[in-house]
Amino acid sequence: MNETIRTLLAKLGGLPVSVETVADDADLYAAGLSSFASVQLMLGLEEAFDIEFPDHLLNRKSFASIGAIEATVKSIIEDRKVA
Amino acid sequence: MDLSAKSRDTHLKARAIRVATVAAAHAEDVDKAGRFPREAIEEMKAVKLMGIMIPEELGGEGLSTSEIAEVCTIIGQACASSAMIFAMHQIKVSSLVSHGHEAPWHREFMRRVASEQLLLGSATTEAGIGGNMRNSICAIEVKDGRCYLEKDATVISYGIDCDAILITSRSHKDAASSDQVMTVFLKDQYTLEHTQTWDTLGMRGTCSDGFIFKGEAPAEQILPQPFAEIAAQSMLASAHLLWSSLWYGIAVDAFARAQNFVRAAARKAPGTQPPGLVQLAEMSSQLQVIRANIVNGLQSFEAARKDEDRLSSMGFAVAMNNVKIASSEMILPVINQAMRICGILGYKNGTPYSLGRHLRDAHSAQLMISNDRILANTSNMLLVHKQETGLLG
Repeated sequence: MNETIRTLLAKLGGLPVSVETVADDADLYAAGLSSFASVQLMLGLEEAFDIEFPDHLLNRKSFASIGAIEATVKSIIEDRKVA
Repeated sequence: MDLSAKSRDTHLKARAIRVATVAAAHAEDVDKAGRFPREAIEEMKAVKLMGIMIPEELGGEGLSTSEIAEVCTIIGQACASSAMIFAMHQIKVSSLVSHGHEAPWHREFMRRVASEQLLLGSATTEAGIGGNMRNSICAIEVKDGRCYLEKDATVISYGIDCDAILITSRSHKDAASSDQVMTVFLKDQYTLEHTQTWDTLGMRGTCSDGFIFKGEAPAEQILPQPFAEIAAQSMLASAHLLWSSLWYGIAVDAFARAQNFVRAAARKAPGTQPPGLVQLAEMSSQLQVIRANIVNGLQSFEAARKDEDRLSSMGFAVAMNNVKIASSEMILPVINQAMRICGILGYKNGTPYSLGRHLRDAHSAQLMISNDRILANTSNMLLVHKQETGLLG
């Protein structure tokens, strides 16, 4: 999953730096992730993992780092298994 | 001293009305000369309005955004430029209150703002960023505990007359353009070299000239949180809400003038329906929509303040954007209709029904943070955020 997120981030994130240099816990907004690019990334994640982000997870915290995105996506997949 | 909410409210309104009375007396001259509304700002300081949002423990009154918004509406009815300066000052204070309450230097500074009634200015725009204040070109340099900044600021409203400036920049020389910080510089810590003159259609008293800013200060004056968080959590929402409140004030005063005009005609010809009466009813309905929209926005903001996730959520950003779009666009037809009712007396300057200043000031609303930019931002979010379908949320 981490690999897929990184590939999408590289493709859609529009970061001025290489994704390999971004640590899992690094702040993506500080690294240059714009609000436009963050939405493109969310769409890419929805498509790749066949999920939909519920509104309560659409906040800065859920997408603040690669680690946070991983946790957000995992929590949606987990919720779906329960349901 | 009676500290009940009701008496506090009456007291606050009385102070705002004192300022509005002074602002109204000088509004025409301020507009005509494009000068700083010195009298109104001095009155704000005299009735101690500058520190009202600052917590009581730091010498302020700890008032809510809604209470500040009410002051904006009251002053906005008298002189929109004075109200805008008041609003911009309070937006800066809100950043300090929300993001500087744990930093020793900023706590002490808030104490000073309250006790010395300091007026805070803002420098978020810069030549070359295309109007997007979430990007900076200039970078702050920190060396041996001091920070240095030079910025080609195309707009610093009332830059000459404020006592301190909160200014954005990249956080260091290698930072991405969106990796920004905000720093407080006191008046004796910077120089301003005038580059552009604010000679505009309306809001002429805000004196939003352009300057080359050069500052040097202790590095502890940099706000600890990234500007991205400050913008998302306190600045944008306060700006949209306080601006909307004063824009509503402009529209309400235009309505009052039209109503006076119609009533004067009705008194002269009792038993007949004066022209403009039906349009007045239509305007009343429009004003109610604008007002409800702002009040609802204020309630959402007060509720979200207690919940950081909500404050930085897309739903909240969409809601605040919508408040700004609606109020900035809806005031114009109301003021225009008021002018149609008042006719030539509304079109002329210097009559009790003059509406030229209202109309010109109101036109700034769609441009300060361009509505097209805001709509682009909202529409992007709507690719993932879903519309609230319930009535009560």
